[in-house]
Amino acid sequence: MKVGIPSEIFPSELRVAATPKTVKRLQKQGFEVYIQHNAGIKANFSDQEFEEAGAKIVSTASDIYAKSDIVLKVKEPTIEEIDMMKEGLVLLSYLWPAQNQSLLQKLADKKVNAVAMDAIPRISRAQKMDVLSSMANIAGYRAVIEGSYHFGRFLNGQITAAGKVEPAKVLVIGAGVAGLAAIGAANSLGAIVRAFDTRKEVAEQIESMGATFLTVEIEEDGATSSGYSKEMSPAFIEAEMKLFLEQAKEVDIVITTAQIPGKSAPKLWMDYHVAAMKPGSVIVDLAASTGGNCALTKNGEVYATNNGVTMVGKLSQLPSQASQLYGNNLCHLLDDMGKAEKWKIDMEDAVVSRAMVTYNGKINWPPAPLPVSPSAGGAKKVLAPTAEEVKASDAEKSKKAATSMLITLAVVGAMLLLVGNYAPKEFIQHFTVFVLSIFVGWQLITNVAHALHTPLMAVTNAISGIIVVGGLLQTTNNINDPVTIIAVIAILIASINIVGGFLVTHRMLKMFKK
Amino acid sequence: MIVIGQEIQTAAYLFASILFILSLGGLASQESAKRGVLFGIVGMIIAIIATVLGEGVEGKEYIIGAIAIASLIGIIVARKVEMTSMPQLVAILHSFVGMAAVMVGFGSYLDPDTQKLTGAAHSIHLVEVFVGIFIGAITFTGSIVAWGKLDGKIPSKPWAFSGLQIMNISLLIACVVLGVLFCKAHGTEGMLPLLIMTGIASFIGVVLVMAIGGGDMPVVVSMLNSYSGWAASAAGFMLGNDLLIVTGALVGSSGAILSMHMCHAMNRSFFAVIFANATASSSQGGEKKAIEGEVTALNHEEVATLLKEAKSVVIVPGYGMAVAKAQYPIYDMVQTLQKAGKKVRFAIHPVAGRLPGHMNVLLAEANVPYDIVLEMDEINEDMPNTDVVMVIGANDVVNPSAQDDPASSIYGMPVIEVWKAEKVIIMKRSMSAGYSGEDNPLFYKPNSEMLYGDAKVSVEKLLGFLKV
Repeated sequence: MKVGIPSEIFPSELRVAATPKTVKRLQKQGFEVYIQHNAGIKANFSDQEFEEAGAKIVSTASDIYAKSDIVLKVKEPTIEEIDMMKEGLVLLSYLWPAQNQSLLQKLADKKVNAVAMDAIPRISRAQKMDVLSSMANIAGYRAVIEGSYHFGRFLNGQITAAGKVEPAKVLVIGAGVAGLAAIGAANSLGAIVRAFDTRKEVAEQIESMGATFLTVEIEEDGATSSGYSKEMSPAFIEAEMKLFLEQAKEVDIVITTAQIPGKSAPKLWMDYHVAAMKPGSVIVDLAASTGGNCALTKNGEVYATNNGVTMVGKLSQLPSQASQLYGNNLCHLLDDMGKAEKWKIDMEDAVVSRAMVTYNGKINWPPAPLPVSPSAGGAKKVLAPTAEEVKASDAEKSKKAATSMLITLAVVGAMLLLVGNYAPKEFIQHFTVFVLSIFVGWQLITNVAHALHTPLMAVTNAISGIIVVGGLLQTTNNINDPVTIIAVIAILIASINIVGGFLVTHRMLKMFKK
Repeated sequence: MIVIGQEIQTAAYLFASILFILSLGGLASQESAKRGVLFGIVGMIIAIIATVLGEGVEGKEYIIGAIAIASLIGIIVARKVEMTSMPQLVAILHSFVGMAAVMVGFGSYLDPDTQKLTGAAHSIHLVEVFVGIFIGAITFTGSIVAWGKLDGKIPSKPWAFSGLQIMNISLLIACVVLGVLFCKAHGTEGMLPLLIMTGIASFIGVVLVMAIGGGDMPVVVSMLNSYSGWAASAAGFMLGNDLLIVTGALVGSSGAILSMHMCHAMNRSFFAVIFANATASSSQGGEKKAIEGEVTALNHEEVATLLKEAKSVVIVPGYGMAVAKAQYPIYDMVQTLQKAGKKVRFAIHPVAGRLPGHMNVLLAEANVPYDIVLEMDEINEDMPNTDVVMVIGANDVVNPSAQDDPASSIYGMPVIEVWKAEKVIIMKRSMSAGYSGEDNPLFYKPNSEMLYGDAKVSVEKLLGFLKV
């Protein structure tokens, strides 16, 4: 099967639907890859790189559409592009099906099977193909970087030889993927980060990224079954506006990320909020393309308001990075659809059936609802070994331990037999006591707290003064006898040890208190 | 005087043994530790009385005299010693046990009763004497060297040369040969080989401990503790005394396992530490990582400002705190910070200081409650949420090379991850390396700042600024 990647026509679209890396990957999946001349040039990928990766360069877009079974695109196709498409072509692209009904109709008329990458349902299995998340991640990061660029100060607090610098305060509104990415980026640049979201369940995520969760005193949860947030009640909005006004006076950078699928972005940051902000502050509006969260946002423009607040309504897309992530998302979807070998459009599949917005000449939108809570699916990415796996590896370990234990015991047993064979009875008795005592000592110490190591050592030291018994047994009535002299000296020093050791331990322990 | 029968003496010994076991067991937790000491004392008194009252013990006046003098010395020493020099005291006390074991060994050899033994019993007795004196002598000189190193009288740098292992092994072989000669000798003719062996063993003790660096001292002290136990056990064998055997074995095995715990905490092989080939084996070779960045320093006022702004503070003390005796002003500072509503905790590395648990003892001396004193594993996960970490006189235990530089000699040793905190303040006298001799990349990290000066003086100055 042949996969084609045309150049993006839209002038401000810098991304491309494949990179040299994903081209290699597509070939591994069994596809032949055709790419239009200079398709990647705006994202800094040259034709030469694509060729080296194994793609064939095609000079015109019409050639691409004529040759390919599957076409990968970023921006939704124009009418001219749709005209070039043949019946049965599979198109993977952004389509915004909710806003572009007429486009869907045209694609259906052409009998193009179009997958809207932006309509991939947000379930765990589909995370690897969720372009909204991968692009939002970039947008969140970029919002902080560009906000910081327009902001005239450091983000982190510093104490330098030239004086003290206060850290910047950043407010992030909306803690979706973009919002969380912005929190993370702002936090790692050293700013004090606060975040607001109507969904209570994201509080933990916000705090885990290092921001303070702001909330209003009204019990209402904005979470919905789709994982996006809904519109809130007037009372809630009033409280929210009041909170924002307080924040506006304090914060230096505001990043808004609130979007509601299929609708224009909610207005959250009003003109009076902007007016309350300090000169030099920055507002980065990630919802600019859908109307903006801020009343004063101008889509695609960066300008300063009368009171010196910089409004950022456009962001660089980081085309190279974005293309790479987008391309990976596409590869994952193709993986899921069976690669070249077992290629199949499975309309029973939960992901394909929802994202495939036109199929066999029919419009397949809006999709059947798919109830899912992000707290149940989206947040969990940790791969933990299953209970059975753990059990299996444990069983293997204990088996090995048992074998080595058996060998050790056999050796020890043989050695004891040897000793028993030669040594006199009395020695064996002493030896028994000796060995058992070693085990007792071993068991006693295994669980001692670190803090008590020193007292423990002092006490064992005092106890080892038991050697005094040796001296006691050797003393005789004749002080001139060399054995007695030696014994008395032994008693003397061993007793110093006993008395000193116990006393000093006691002194130490007296100091420990809760 | 009353004389008790052998059966009663055995019963008393059994009781004393039980008390010793309970004593060691009691030391396992803070709550029961004091009771543990009491058990130990009672056990010791019972053991001594039961021995003295036993059949055939003579010269009681000398015994009582010696114990009285010793008790006086012991009390004075234990009262006078400062908590910071606790390691030295423990080391020197170990040497006493070693010395006593050597003496008991000689005494047993010269004892006319034991010379009447014949056959296997005689041979075994001679082997016991020989082994007992061997261990005792090593314990004796080794402990003295350890004391010297801890007290700063002997340089703490490891003293070693390439032929060290070979020399030790040849000396060991020489001892075995002397042992054979000793066992074959009649009467007390074996005295000469025995004396030579004592000399060699003493030398081995010196060499063994000399070769171990200051950083490994906690392990050595605990190992010497173990040796002193084995020496007592050997004495028990030669005298046929079960109490000595039991108690010695208890001390010996508990000391050994304590050392192993500590080696484990440093990610070092037990044998590598004890036989001092640490420097040779643990370094995996390869280029050392170049350290990037610059060392920056702050003055006391700036550090005090940082502390005032912080919400969560962690203090990592090391040997430097012990040297400067800074634990009292540090706790004053902690209390001041706590009053200002800050969360202040101590993080203790298992091998911080020169004795296992050394830092805990010092902090306890300054009345720091032990529930704010945390171990490395408890605090490491909290590090990223900590605003300011103060490293006071610690170096190797906070060295990031242990995690990211395989060429470092401490690579693989678990360390306190202070660099993950917002800000790290390192209080240090100068830029010199730690005991391991490793340079510390921590000082060059952008979020670390040095605060030079004696720890105690610095903390007192900080306290001045904080109280304003």
